Parts: sequence; structure tokens; C-alpha cells
Amino acid sequence: MTSIGTGYDLANSIFSPDGRNFQVEYAVKAVENGGTSVGIRCKDGVVLAVEKVITSKLLKPGANKRIATVDKNLGVVYSGMVPDGHHFVDRARDEARGWRETFKTPISTSDLASRMGGYLQAYTLYQSVRPFGITAIIGGFDSELETPVDGEVGSGPSVGAGGKVEGKHGGPGLYMIEPSGMYWGYYGAATGKGRQAAKAELEKLNLSENKLDLMQGIKEAARIIYVAQQDNKDKEFELEMSWISGADGPTKGRHMEVPKDLLEAAERLAKKAISEDDEEDEEDDDEKNDDKMEE
Amino acid sequence: MIRGGEMNEDAWLKIKWVKNVPNYLQLQSPHPPPAVGARRQSATYIPQAWGRPRDDVYGAYDPSYMQTNGPNQHTQSPIVTGTSVLGMKFKEGVVIAADNLASYGSLARFTDVKRLRTFAESSVVGFGGDVSDMQYLDRHLTELAIDEAYASSTTTNSAQPTLNARNLHKYLQKLLYRRRSKFDPLWNSLLVAGLDESGAPFLAAADLLGTAFSSPSLATGFGSMLAQPIMRRLVPDEASVASVTREQAVECVRECMKVLFYRDARSLDSYSLAIVTKDGVELHQNEKLENQSWAFADRIKGYGTQTV
Repeated sequence: MTSIGTGYDLANSIFSPDGRNFQVEYAVKAVENGGTSVGIRCKDGVVLAVEKVITSKLLKPGANKRIATVDKNLGVVYSGMVPDGHHFVDRARDEARGWRETFKTPISTSDLASRMGGYLQAYTLYQSVRPFGITAIIGGFDSELETPVDGEVGSGPSVGAGGKVEGKHGGPGLYMIEPSGMYWGYYGAATGKGRQAAKAELEKLNLSENKLDLMQGIKEAARIIYVAQQDNKDKEFELEMSWISGADGPTKGRHMEVPKDLLEAAERLAKKAISEDDEEDEEDDDEKNDDKMEE
Repeated sequence: MIRGGEMNEDAWLKIKWVKNVPNYLQLQSPHPPPAVGARRQSATYIPQAWGRPRDDVYGAYDPSYMQTNGPNQHTQSPIVTGTSVLGMKFKEGVVIAADNLASYGSLARFTDVKRLRTFAESSVVGFGGDVSDMQYLDRHLTELAIDEAYASSTTTNSAQPTLNARNLHKYLQKLLYRRRSKFDPLWNSLLVAGLDESGAPFLAAADLLGTAFSSPSLATGFGSMLAQPIMRRLVPDEASVASVTREQAVECVRECMKVLFYRDARSLDSYSLAIVTKDGVELHQNEKLENQSWAFADRIKGYGTQTV
């Protein structure tokens, strides 16, 4: 970091002469140390997964969830500073509640991403605050059905315009928001320590063809988390996964944890896949790994 | 506060403006400048007076015009209303029904109003009484259900909702009582159907006064007189619930809906019916009364112009 000591990295509200905000770049560093998070946009829904690093043996397995629900149909996962993530989730829930209050309808994935992008960006502007030390992945499924507004009674006029847009609407959405407040929509998103390996694996899935379904998505997400974790084998971790389908899918339009049996099946396949990879790569490392997997 | 020899701020303002008023300020006043030779009648160059009716034209300001008559008033009666809601427990769950009518007085104003609402995917509330208050409660409870789901997902591993029917009913009863104590009641009578924390069928009522009670069969409005006795034949007490099948309960409630349509002038033959069991909520919103027989109608005496 050549910038250190130049004084341009001391506060948010100061640009360096070459147009960089160093505080934001340091926040990105915080993200790069966090457990890997992955999101996959499948044709019939979204899968979110996170490598939850176990920091103490005294923590209860399965407790302290890292993937959070916003409204009913949105999920948020993040890598980086966990308390920042909690605040991000609190704010996202506030935005979703406020949206319902105003529009009497659930917030869409893109609108939540926009609101939260704006919120994070504001934390890059002022001397009194620091940027968020997280990169968040927002997954959601906007209902494809003709849903009533909250509290609606009756069906309205049966003839006339009624302000409805004809044709297909709704569907899965996946967005990733960085500490700068920048957000893009993705087919597959990865962040955290193992993001490079994860992104490489995501690219191989050809997600833009829109062929992968949720069941495959779960297996791939689990495998990618295990692949991304390979360079960091000494740390113990838990795999946490959630999914969102449309109204006719397995979660009925809601964001939910992946059921235990599916999660375990996906984990078994993931372990098998990486141990096969190892066999191809390096013969001698192999036995050690297998021992570890059996535990 | 008494400020002896000091001059208060207003007085200071006036003096300053009167003494040093530049001509252009008079041009900015909303009123035309006085005609040449006319006596200036009011100090319109005082900025505080701009935009107000001139005392010399309209007389002194009379604040009594701004007063409302009497105290603030809250809802005195419901406006658009739904009629009876029926509910009955059976062995594995609860069945609940209400027709799809919202009346405006005696006018059948809206005929597709769904008065059974599902909350937390596990409970159904049937709303009688004011429809706008129902909409308020619907939105309020939707928000509550979302918040409760946040809370339970961070504290427990199970998918079991913390907002079960018993909690929901207790919450509603407290809310209704609080509102009636503010003399601003939510003008509804409700039935809450679902399962309690142990998974047993739960059915209870709450009304605009905050009154709450539970029974193996319940009905609000006209139904409490017309349908309740019929339902009690099937489930006279809590012990008999265990011997009632789902089919029997649904059949009985459908029969009661028919009786209500015959006898309640604010009812409709299109209705909603929900069945809550441990498998979730089965909600049918477009049921129709079948096999009606109006043969008894010409024997009804005592209304209108008849003189028997």
C-alpha cells in the first residue's frame, strides 16, 4: 500500500489526488478476510450459501445463523465484519417494512438492492463514519403471480384498464453490493476469502443459459463453498444454505433454510467432489484429506 | 415573566420598522398603497401582518371562527360491514367460514370481499364488522407476522412459527381492548382459528370491546343466534371435539352458512371456507351455497304489508 502515510487514507471525505477513496479500499480488505459467500441465480429460484468459520468450539452447532431473511421473499448473506452485516440486515428489514407501508406490497429484489446500495454509498461520504466492512449478496424471488396488495378486499373492476401490466413478471433476482455502495445484478455472485476460486467455478456453470435448476443449484453451491475453502483447510467451518423458489416451487415463494436432509446430501456430494479433484491433482495429499472428511 | 423597564422584542420590531421604513417595503405589501391624500389605516409594512386580512377592511381577527364544535370524536359506528363468521373445531383442526359480502348499510355493496385472512401460514382470522378496520388489522398482522418470523429465525433452529393461533388471538384481544379504552375501537368481531403451541386445535373469539372467549364452536353476529345452536348439536363440549371428523365439521358449517343465507338479510350465497390442520391452511375463497330450498319462504308471516 503505497498510499499509507500520505494522509489521504485518514478519512472518508478526502479523495487522494489520483481519485481514490482509501477508506473504501480498506473496507474491501476486511471483506476479503471473511468466510466465502456464494449466490446462484437458477432458472426457478435463488440459492445462497456461506462458509461459516467456527471461531470457537464452545459455539453451538447450527446456531448463530449468518443468512438472514428480509420480508418473506428475500435473503441476505454477506462476507466481512459480521456486526456490520447485522446492521445491514436490520436496515434492509426497515426498508422492506417501509416499502410495504408505502406501497402495500413486498419490496422487489432490485428495489431492495437499490435502497441498500444507496445506504452503503452514504457511508463513503462523511468523515464521521466508516464504510461497511461487508460485501452483501441479496437474493430474492419477486412473485410471478397476480398478488393482491396488503389488506386488499375484493378484486376490483372486472373490466377496464386497472393499471395492470400484461405479460410475464416477477422471477428470481440476485444482487451483490460492495462497500462502496456499488451493486450489480448477477447470475452468480461470490465474495469473501475464497471468491476467486468460487467465481471460477461459477463461470463454469454457464448460468446465463438459465438451465440450472434449484436442486442442482444447491449441490453446486455446496460444492463451490467446499472448493473455495480448499486453500484454507486448517479452519473448521459450517456450511449454511438457504433458497427461494417461486410460488409453485419447494419454498412457495419464501426465503428458507435448505432442509437438513438436502443440505447433508449436498455436503456429501461436495466432499466427494473435492476428494476426487485431489486424487487427480496430488496423490500424496489425498489420504490426509480423506481422514479429515470422515471425522 | 415581568420585564420591568425592558422593551419586549415585538415592541422593538414595531418601533424600528415604523421609524425607518423605506418606501420600497410598502410596494412589497400585498395591499395597494393608500391613495394620495388618504390616511394610512393599517401598518401593512410590518412583515408579520403581510398576507393577513386587514383589520380595517375585515375587522379584528376573531379566533372563535377557528374552533371546532365540541370535543374530538372517534368512530361512532361501522360503515361498510361484513356479517357473521362461523368456526368449529374437529379432531385434527378447525374449520372457519364467512361469506364474501361487504354491506353498506342494507346495500349489498361489495360481493367479492374475502373476510378470512391467513397469517404466518398457520392461522386464519375471520373478520366480522367494519371492513376498513379489517384492512387495518390485516396490514398490521402481516407486519407482525414478518417481524415474528425474523425473531424466531435468529433464536431457534426450528421452522415452527412463534406466532401460533393462541398468541395471535391474545395479541388481537389486547389490541382491541386498548383501542376501546381509548374510545377509538376497531369495530370488528373476530374468530381466530389455528393450532396452539402444542399442536391442538384452537378457536377463540374477540370483539371490539376486547372481550375474548373460546369454545369448540363459535359464531359472530347473527350467527351467534342462528348458527351456534346448530353447531352445538355436533360439538356440545370440548370432550366431543375428538369424535368429530373433518368431513362432519365442514358439512355442519356449510349447512349453517345456508341457514344464515336464508335468514340473515345482510348475507350472501358466495362464501369463503378455510380448514386449518397441522399440514397448513386450506383456503377456499369462492364457495357457493348448494341445494338451496326456498320452499319455506311463502309460509313466512309477519313482515311487510301482510296482515295475518
